[in-house]
Amino acid sequence: MRTILTAGSFAVVALLAAPALADPDEDNLVINDELQMVTETAAPAHMEHVDTIYSGWRFRTDETQALQIDDFENPAMIFVDQGMDLFNSVDGTEGKSCASCHEDVAAFAGFHAEMPKVMNGKLVVMEDFINGHRARAMGAEPWKWSGPEMQAMVALIGLQSRGMPMNVKIDGDAAPYWEQGKEMYYTRYGQLELSCANCHEDSYGLMIRADHLSQGQINGFPTYRLKQAKLISRHNRFRGCIRDTRAETFAEGSDEFRALELYVASRSNGLSVETPAVRQ
Amino acid sequence: MRVTLTALATLALAGAALAEPVAPMDVVYEDGAIAGSLTGMAGDPDNGAKLMNKGAGNCIACHQVTALETLPFHGEIGPSLDGVSERWSVAEIRGIVANAKEMFPETMMPSFYRDTGFIRPGKAYTGKGIDPAELTPLLTAQEIEDLVSYLITLKYE
Ligand code: HEC
Ligand code: HEC
Ligand code: HEC
Repeated sequence: MRTILTAGSFAVVALLAAPALADPDEDNLVINDELQMVTETAAPAHMEHVDTIYSGWRFRTDETQALQIDDFENPAMIFVDQGMDLFNSVDGTEGKSCASCHEDVAAFAGFHAEMPKVMNGKLVVMEDFINGHRARAMGAEPWKWSGPEMQAMVALIGLQSRGMPMNVKIDGDAAPYWEQGKEMYYTRYGQLELSCANCHEDSYGLMIRADHLSQGQINGFPTYRLKQAKLISRHNRFRGCIRDTRAETFAEGSDEFRALELYVASRSNGLSVETPAVRQ
Repeated sequence: MRVTLTALATLALAGAALAEPVAPMDVVYEDGAIAGSLTGMAGDPDNGAKLMNKGAGNCIACHQVTALETLPFHGEIGPSLDGVSERWSVAEIRGIVANAKEMFPETMMPSFYRDTGFIRPGKAYTGKGIDPAELTPLLTAQEIEDLVSYLITLKYE
């Protein structure tokens, strides 16, 4: 793989001199030869310790990157197609499909880029919105948080915002949730006592064992993970990262993860929505 | 070496060493260092080398070690451990491996011989919680000694 140091003291000295060495690659992401993506931009003002934010795409190998530059190559698109089928399928006691009321999914452009957000006094993430909407508008049963139907629909709605800048609101009624998420981001959980910030803020660009650490951005979610060969939800990813610190994790769909999602999304503000991204 | 130590620490350690390993909460750190063996016995450097790569040690997840270069994927979070025995004394190395936060307060390096004071500790890598009373340190006292005995073999070329 990449810069695994088996070698000389020169490299080691360089490392010691610049511990927060950040080395995303220099590649430029253009999707389908036409959609220019912002994978690097000035960090939003609220971030105190980071000047520049980078999409996780910039930390992946050329092979993995290639899968995201053409929708015919992108393995996540099969799931988006399944989302489209679900969009057109009647479900629930009202005998309606999404399409009964929404002529064209393209009308959802921009919606994903501002999620999560506070609606009627509650922090709502996309999965909440979809399940709530299914219950109210269709009389349909909730989908499982990280299940294939839910993530296919999250991906379909997210794709409509692809290329638009992430832009979640952090002030006003969102502020208390955002503060809670920020607190979590810097908490050193588990027996290994590692916070999100330890790995994704202090150490991005470095190798941890075989993994090249990114900034842990969520502008590409749900992402298709090659390792799991399916769409991965944000909360599933959070759960995995916390579990790996030998900690008791939080549940998918918990208030804690909603707050964390808002905070992490706000660290992506300014990067293009990449949904559905491809990761290792 | 041990003879030169201050009386208190030596007595405490020697006393415990006769019976059983010093318990994590009884370890005495002096400027981040631990004077004597946690078990009263010498370590096994071969087992130490294994722990560098595997199990709860997995030190090369964060460190590079030229002597272990046949193993894949050395991480870059911490410094190379080449020549570590020429930078630190045995007592300091033991202290760092047992609880690096004594020497480097904010370090990312986990505390390998500590069993209290964690936020939401889990049952290994299951993501489930654990009764704090059942929590054991990441490494046993003997494993710490094994690692120390391996690390002191690492000299500059
Ligand atoms: C009975 C009609 C009806 C059905 C069925 C329905 N919706 Fe809606 N939907 C609405 C209405 C009306 C709005 C706009 C007002 C609102 O936000 O509630 C809306 C809003 C939305 C929005 C927010 C758009 C924006 O930009 O604010 C999304 C996304 C959405 N629906 C997705 C879906 C999906 C996915 C389904 C199927 C699971 C679905 N809808 C089924 C009526 C419906
Ligand atoms: C021990 C280090 C470690 C910690 C602590 C950690 N992660 Fe990660 N995380 C990783 C690794 C390794 C990956 C996969 C490579 C990468 O993208 O960094 C990853 C990936 C991610 C991704 C996917 C990024 C993408 O581009 O798709 C997100 C999001 C993420 N982490 C969020 C978090 C959050 C939130 C926390 C805190 C709750 C956290 N991580 C804690 C190591 C860590
Ligand atoms: C999560 C990453 C991580 C892991 C795992 C880790 N270390 Fe460290 N280690 C560090 C960091 C970072 C430092 C530098 C201390 C600091 O924070 O200033 C360090 C420092 C050290 C030092 C002092 C090095 C020097 O020359 O200054 C030794 C010795 C050491 N580690 C040994 C180990 C051993 C043995 C293990 C496995 C049992 C291990 N480490 C596991 C991150 C780690």
